[in-house]
Amino acid sequence: MQKLTRPILVLLCLGVVSLALFPLIGSDFYVGLLTKIMILAIFAVSLDLLIGFTGLISFGHAAFFGIGGYVLAIFFQDADSINYWTALALVLCCTALVALIIGWLSIRASGVYFIMLTLAFAQMFYYFFFESPYYGGDDGIFLFSKPEVNIGSVSLIDLEDEHSFYYFVLAWLVAVYLFLNMILRAPFGHVIVAIKANEQRTRALGYPLQRYKLMSFVIAGTLAGLAGFLEAVHTGYVTPAYMGWHESGIAMVIVILGGMGTLFGPIIGAFVIVLLQDYLPNLTEHWQLLMGAIIIAVVLFLPEGIAGLLYRISDRLFNAKGSASADNSIADVPLARPEQSLNVDVRESVSGSKSYE
Amino acid sequence: MDSSFYLIQLLNGIQYGFLLFLVASGLTLIFGIMGIINLAHGSFYMVGAYLVFWFTSLTGGLFTGVLLALPVSLMVGYGVERLAISYLYRRDHLYQVLLTYALILIFNELQRTLWGSDVHSVPIPELLNGSVQLTENQAYPIYRLFISGCCIVIALAMYWVIQKTRLGMTIRAGASNREMVQSLGINVNRLFAIVFSLGATLAALAGMLAAPVNTVYPGIGDGILIISFVVVVIGGIGSIKGAFIGAMLIGLADTFGKVLLPEMASMVVYALMALVLFWRPQGLFGKA
Repeated sequence: MQKLTRPILVLLCLGVVSLALFPLIGSDFYVGLLTKIMILAIFAVSLDLLIGFTGLISFGHAAFFGIGGYVLAIFFQDADSINYWTALALVLCCTALVALIIGWLSIRASGVYFIMLTLAFAQMFYYFFFESPYYGGDDGIFLFSKPEVNIGSVSLIDLEDEHSFYYFVLAWLVAVYLFLNMILRAPFGHVIVAIKANEQRTRALGYPLQRYKLMSFVIAGTLAGLAGFLEAVHTGYVTPAYMGWHESGIAMVIVILGGMGTLFGPIIGAFVIVLLQDYLPNLTEHWQLLMGAIIIAVVLFLPEGIAGLLYRISDRLFNAKGSASADNSIADVPLARPEQSLNVDVRESVSGSKSYE
Repeated sequence: MDSSFYLIQLLNGIQYGFLLFLVASGLTLIFGIMGIINLAHGSFYMVGAYLVFWFTSLTGGLFTGVLLALPVSLMVGYGVERLAISYLYRRDHLYQVLLTYALILIFNELQRTLWGSDVHSVPIPELLNGSVQLTENQAYPIYRLFISGCCIVIALAMYWVIQKTRLGMTIRAGASNREMVQSLGINVNRLFAIVFSLGATLAALAGMLAAPVNTVYPGIGDGILIISFVVVVIGGIGSIKGAFIGAMLIGLADTFGKVLLPEMASMVVYALMALVLFWRPQGLFGKA
């Protein structure tokens, strides 16, 4: 992962501030759309932990997204009121458990086999909910009430209100970003990035690869479950389509379009993809053609995604400062200075984390 | 639920397995030789089905329809390889997944534009439109037997091409060691173009043969794509023999799953795949 250069940091802060101010001017439709985008961004950034940082290409990530929603729906479909804390804890525990099992079975395989195995597990869950007579089949399950966020008897936030829910999701997005940023700065993050860069060498250094991969898989799965939980609360229903392979595919598109291996890339990617899906149908009936062409253009001409493009632009504009982030040297990058709080740099990964364990 | 019932299911399973084999053999060759994960493979199946629907309704016969559709699908495959896939040979799997995913969007949109989103049916030709009496009250449609027969002929032809001809020798060599083939002076670009077009045509042919039985509808390629990947992975990537065994296993498991465990039929194949991979992570005939 490249350093967050100052211009990009400024851009990100501006982004968060404008998101926070948006409901004051925007229409209800766009507040709802942005809520959906931010939920998708949480989902995409969790996938990025696997694809962009650990080097595990999971094609079944939507399974956890769907399971997050289904856990909420199954346990609380008949409840009069839903306690937010219980529901959240339940969702996170269940998705973590499922991710642990699927991950344990999948990380034994590598390369294409890993891609296919994760796909197979996701399809199994998809068909389980699609065909099972108990959980609503292909219609899914409706949720009639939203969770109540209480401490004691004091209600903290009213999730029924579209604007409050918007800020609630924004807070979750920032929290997930900061959490991932933290674990990537920790020795754990350095090891998983080292695994992506060179598995053999990392193994030779004595790290138990499987354990780290599994840990990363579980964290990513749990965060995807969180996103699914938020989506279910937002829309009020879950359907098997949440965990279909198209959903996993679109998450991959978002991660790569945005720029994998950066945390802010997938978030930008989610905005770009959903806004395109919203905007292109106005232009032409055959908008999927345009969508396909855009994705192909990204693959061919912009393999580093939008994040890569931003780095290039900021390098060009602020050449003196930015050039250090563009080269690939290993040894000469100084350790992240503490005052640059959002810095994550992987190139020091191996040397920086030798003392771990 | 007597033995003839199971015989019919067995025949259905084998016929489904043969169709899967046609799709999966192309996929496994493209995988094994070119190292390309081709998500758009299901789209070729769809292209085949729609082309045969179109040509059959134009000319009035399934056979002329297939004869006209074959060269067109060959050209579609060649065009896709030249225009898109050929830029991906040195790129990571991830970009291949992404680009071929984009191709699916494009093919689906083209299909919607050209043929609309109605369900179409393709008539079974007079000649094959009967059924064979198995017992007094159980009959089996001739056309399904015809599909199996066609697939057997194609499988044998493939076996002959791959085992006995120079092209087949190059393909086998390419599957086991791509770099070596290249360094021996084989024009790899040409080989890749041939393999990709042939693989695409095999998938399209499967779509054509299945069209009269399954009808032709939007998204027809999506289901078959994922199942074919399951077949390829079970068999081991790059192995035609593996694709054959895998296709038969999946064909039978799916058919009997639908009969015996109707509530979780679609899970059966994925569970089978997970089991096989748990036992042999590189597939049945894959290289370790």
